Amino acid sequence: MGIGTYLVLASVLFGFGAAGFLARRNMLIQLMSIELMLNSVNVLLLAFNRVNPSNHDGQVFAFFVIAVAAAEAALGLAILIAYYRIKKTLDTDDATLLKY
Amino acid sequence: MTGPGITLFVVTATFAIIGALITISARRPLRAAMGLLVNIVSLAGMFLTLNAHLLAALQILVYAGAIVVLFVFVIMLLGPSAEVAPAEGRLASRTLSIASTIIVVLAVSSSVAYFNPPWEAVPDGFGTVEGLGMAIYRQALVPFEVISITLLIAIIGAIAVARSRTE
Repeated sequence: MGIGTYLVLASVLFGFGAAGFLARRNMLIQLMSIELMLNSVNVLLLAFNRVNPSNHDGQVFAFFVIAVAAAEAALGLAILIAYYRIKKTLDTDDATLLKY
Repeated sequence: MTGPGITLFVVTATFAIIGALITISARRPLRAAMGLLVNIVSLAGMFLTLNAHLLAALQILVYAGAIVVLFVFVIMLLGPSAEVAPAEGRLASRTLSIASTIIVVLAVSSSVAYFNPPWEAVPDGFGTVEGLGMAIYRQALVPFEVISITLLIAIIGAIAVARSRTE
């Protein structure tokens, strides 16, 4: 078993996140799907860093991905609350304020 | 890779996939958040097999401790209306999106599955607090400061967006 197994697992998890983001309409679950995708990219970065362990570049990148994911979750949930105040629902099919 | 590493990898990979499936298929958002929690904790265990000890701890602290708790707070704030009725219609676009995702994942997985470089010996301090901390402060000091300003702006922006009166 080599690093390829980690890469396959990361791409499968990314696929779950992408499918959840595209197919679900609940805004909360779409935000969680974004977190799934960011997490799978972290697995990829760490696996490639383990291939070449003479430096820490991949782990430094994963560290920054975690920090940006925290900022993204805070802002996304703030936007979700503002959206809920206007529409009284989390259904993204009703998000038509900028459409017409 | 040694035997215990393979065992830990198989267990954590199974739980990560189960958690991801719960997250994207659960009807209730609280169950989806619990699936996300399972996924995150098992990925933190998997980081241990890749010699990323500090990042495993950070994954638990930041994702499980902050982000999932934030999701749960928002679900509690919204109450029953956090749930959205199941989709009616739009079957073609949903099927198409899932099918295209599966095709892309199969293409990527089949092209990377046999990438098997030999496992190199890990140098002392790889992925520990000292090793990764020194790497961050030597190579990425400016991005580290920029990320602190980014988090500060995100906090201010979240307050400004969530407080705005819109009715």
